[in-house]
Amino acid sequence: MEFDALILSRLQFAFVVAFHIMFPAFTIGLAAFLAVAEGLWLFTKKEVFKRLYLHWVKIFALAFGIGVVSGVVMSYQFGTNWAVFSDKAGSVIGPLLGYEVLTAFFLEATFLGVMLFGWKRVGPTLHFVATCAVAIGTSISAFWILSANSWMQTPVGFDIDPETGNFFATDWWAVIFNPSFPSRYVHMMLAAFITTAAVVLAAGAYQVIRGRVTEPTRWQIRMASGTLLLLMPLQIWAGHWSGEVAHHYQPAKVAAMEGWWETSDVQGTILFAIPDAENERNIAEIMIPGTSPYLFNTDEPLQGLNAFPEDERPPVFPVFWSFRIMVGAGMIMLFMGGWGVALWAMKRIEKPGLFHWLAVPSGVLGFVAVITGWIVAEVGRQPYTVYGFLRTEDSISPVEPAAVATSLIVFMVVYAIIFTAGVIYMARIATRGFDDDPTDPPVREHRAPGSALASVTDKAEEA
Amino acid sequence: MDYPLIWSFLIATAVMLYVLLDGSDLGIGILTAFAKSDEERNLMTATIEPVWDGNETWLILGGGGLFAAFPLAYAILMPAFYIPVLLMLAALIFRGVAFEFRHKAVRKTTRHFWNGAFSYGSLFAAFAQGLILGGFIQGVSVDGRSFAGGTFDWLTPFTLLVAVSVAGGYVLLGSSWLVLKTEGSLQKWSRAWARRSSLFVALAMAAISLATLSIDPRVTERWGVTMQAIEFGKFLPLAPIPLLAGLVLVALWRDLSILGDKAPDWRPMVLSAALFMTGYLGLGISLFPYLVPFELTIWETAARDNALQLMLVGASIMLPVILAYTIYVYSLFWGKVDPEESYHD
Repeated sequence: MEFDALILSRLQFAFVVAFHIMFPAFTIGLAAFLAVAEGLWLFTKKEVFKRLYLHWVKIFALAFGIGVVSGVVMSYQFGTNWAVFSDKAGSVIGPLLGYEVLTAFFLEATFLGVMLFGWKRVGPTLHFVATCAVAIGTSISAFWILSANSWMQTPVGFDIDPETGNFFATDWWAVIFNPSFPSRYVHMMLAAFITTAAVVLAAGAYQVIRGRVTEPTRWQIRMASGTLLLLMPLQIWAGHWSGEVAHHYQPAKVAAMEGWWETSDVQGTILFAIPDAENERNIAEIMIPGTSPYLFNTDEPLQGLNAFPEDERPPVFPVFWSFRIMVGAGMIMLFMGGWGVALWAMKRIEKPGLFHWLAVPSGVLGFVAVITGWIVAEVGRQPYTVYGFLRTEDSISPVEPAAVATSLIVFMVVYAIIFTAGVIYMARIATRGFDDDPTDPPVREHRAPGSALASVTDKAEEA
Repeated sequence: MDYPLIWSFLIATAVMLYVLLDGSDLGIGILTAFAKSDEERNLMTATIEPVWDGNETWLILGGGGLFAAFPLAYAILMPAFYIPVLLMLAALIFRGVAFEFRHKAVRKTTRHFWNGAFSYGSLFAAFAQGLILGGFIQGVSVDGRSFAGGTFDWLTPFTLLVAVSVAGGYVLLGSSWLVLKTEGSLQKWSRAWARRSSLFVALAMAAISLATLSIDPRVTERWGVTMQAIEFGKFLPLAPIPLLAGLVLVALWRDLSILGDKAPDWRPMVLSAALFMTGYLGLGISLFPYLVPFELTIWETAARDNALQLMLVGASIMLPVILAYTIYVYSLFWGKVDPEESYHD
C-alpha cells in the first residue's frame, strides 16, 4: 500500500474523530446524569445527590475540556485535509455545522463556567438551570452533527450545480431530517447515556471492591444498572431501526456488516467468519441459517457484496468485525445492567462479588461500542464521502504527503499525552470515591466546594 | 440582499471577538511563564477559567462559519496554512487541557509540565495565529478552485513579523485584563507588563502597516499612500483610522505609565481592545473585498444564497442570545478575582 496523501488523510481523520467521539459520548451522558443528580438534590433535598454531583462534575470538567480541544481540531480538519469535499458539500452541510456552533457550542461552553465556578454567585435553582443548559447544549450539538453526518450517508434534498459540480440544497427540511438521521440520532444519544452508565457503574463497583461503600456509591450502582437495563433494550431496537434504514439506502454497507457475498432471498446470521475480500468469500464461517425473514422486513432479495462492482464495496473486514464487537459489547452491558438491578432488588449491591469484578472492566465497553459503531457507519459508507455522489479519493486537499504525515504524527503524540494524563486524572478522582471527599459540612456551606487555595495547600502537603 | 457581504461582516466580527476575548486568555497564558509563584499563577488563570471555554468557541465559529458561509475560501486557505493551523491546534490542545490538568497534577514534575504546556501552548497558539494572519495578508496562490502553492509558502519575514506582533498584542490584552481583575502587587506587575507590551505593539503596528502597504498594489491604491507620495483624496477619508490608533495609544500610555494606579482599572482593557479594533479595521479596509487575497472575493467564494439565508435566520436569533448570555456570565464573574471560588480540590 502506498502512503499517499489520501491514505494518510484518511488515517488522520479516523484517528482524530475516533479520539474525539469518546469524549462527547461520555459528556453527553454525564451532563444528563449531572442534571438528574442536581435535580434530585433540589427536589428531594437528599445530601447524597449533591455529593454525587460534586464528585462527577470534576470528572465532567476534565472530559469536557478534552472534548472541546479535540473538537476544535475537527472544525479545521475538513478544510486542511478534505478541501474538495468542503468546497463541494459546503453549501449543504456547512449550515448544519454553523447551527451546531450557534445553538449548542456557545451554550455548553458558556454555562460550563457557571456550572463549575458559579456556586457562590448564583442560587441553587439558577445553578441547576446552568447544568441543564450544558446538558441540553450537548444534545443539540449531537443533533446537528448527526444530521450532517447522516446527510453524507443518505443524501437527499439537494441538486448539483452543473458549472462547479457543487452540491446545493433544494429542500432544507429534507436535508436536515434526511432518511438516516432520526434513527442514527436516537442510536447515538442512547449510546452516550449507556456509555456513561457503564463508567459510573464501574466506578461504583470499584468502591465496593475496595470496601468503601457509601451512600453515593450505592446510588451510583443503582442508577447506572437501572439505566443500562432500561436503555439497552431500547438501544437494540434503535440499532435495528438504523440497520433497516441502512438496508434500504446503503445495501452494500449492510452486506458488509452481515458478511453476505451472494444475493439471496433468505440470508443467515453469521456469528463468526474471516471475510476474504480478494476471493469474495468467508473463511471459517459459523452461521445460523435462515434468520433474515425475522430480521428484515422486506420481500426483495437481500443483496450480497457480489451484487456491487468491486470499486463500490466498502472494506468488509473492519465493518464486519466492528459490527460484531459493538453488538457483543452492548449485550454484555445489558447483562450487567440486569445483574445489577437484580442485586439491588436482593439488597446485595454492597457485597463485593463477581458482578463487581466484571463491572469494573465493563466500564470501557460503552466506548468500545461507540467507536466500533462509528467504524461500521463511516467505513461502511466507503468508497464515498457523500454516499453515491462524491468519492473519498476525490474529496481530498492538494497537500503534500509529507505534511499530512507530519500532522498525523503530531496528533498521535499530542493525543497520546493528553489521553494518558486525562484518563489518569479522571480515574484518580473516580477511584478516590467519596469518603475523603469534602462532604460540605454546614460550616463550609457558604464556600465553594473545594477551592484553588485548598488545592494549593493539598499539593504542598503531598509534595 | 447581499448575503455574502453580510456574512463577511458577521465572520469578521466573530474573529474580532475571538481575538479580543481569547486573545486576552492567550496573553495571560504567555504571562504565566513569568509568574513569580504558584499562587500568582493560579490567580492569573482564575481570572479567565470561567470564561475561556466560551471564548475559544468564537474560533470554532470563525472556522466553522468560514466553512459554512465561504466554503471555497475555507477549502483554499486551510491547505495553504496547513502547518500553521496544525501548530495552532496542537498548541490550543495543550493550553486547553492544561487549564484543568495543572490543578490535577500531584507531582511537582507533572505540575511543571502542565504549567509549561499552558504558557507555551498559549505562546505558540498566538504565534501560529499570527502566521496565519500574516500568510492571509500576503495572499495565497490559487489555481481554479484549489490552493496551488507549496507547503511553506506562508513562511516569510513578513509573517514572522506579524506572528511576533500578535503574540505581543495578546500580552497587552492579557496584562490589561489582569489590571482589571487583580489587586495589589500582581496588578502592579501586570501594569508593568502592559506598559512594556504597549510600546512593543505601537512599533509592531507601525511596521506591519507600512509592510502591508507594499504587499500588493491594490492595498497601496486603496490607501493612496506610497513610499514617495500621499494621494490625499484617497488617504484623507481613511486617515481617522490611523489617527484614532495613535490617540488610543497615547491614552493607553498615559494610563499605564503616567496615571498608573490612579487610572480606572477598566480603562487599559478598553483602550487595548480599541487599539486592536483600529488595527483590525485598517486591515479590513486594506483587504476588502478579498477573502482569498488577492485572488478571490467574498462573492466568488460564498456558499449558495439559500445556505447563507438559512444561516442568517439562525444567526440573527442566536447571536444576540449568545451575546446576552456571554455578557451575563461575564457580569456574573465581575469584580476582582476571588481565589476561593474554584471547584477544584
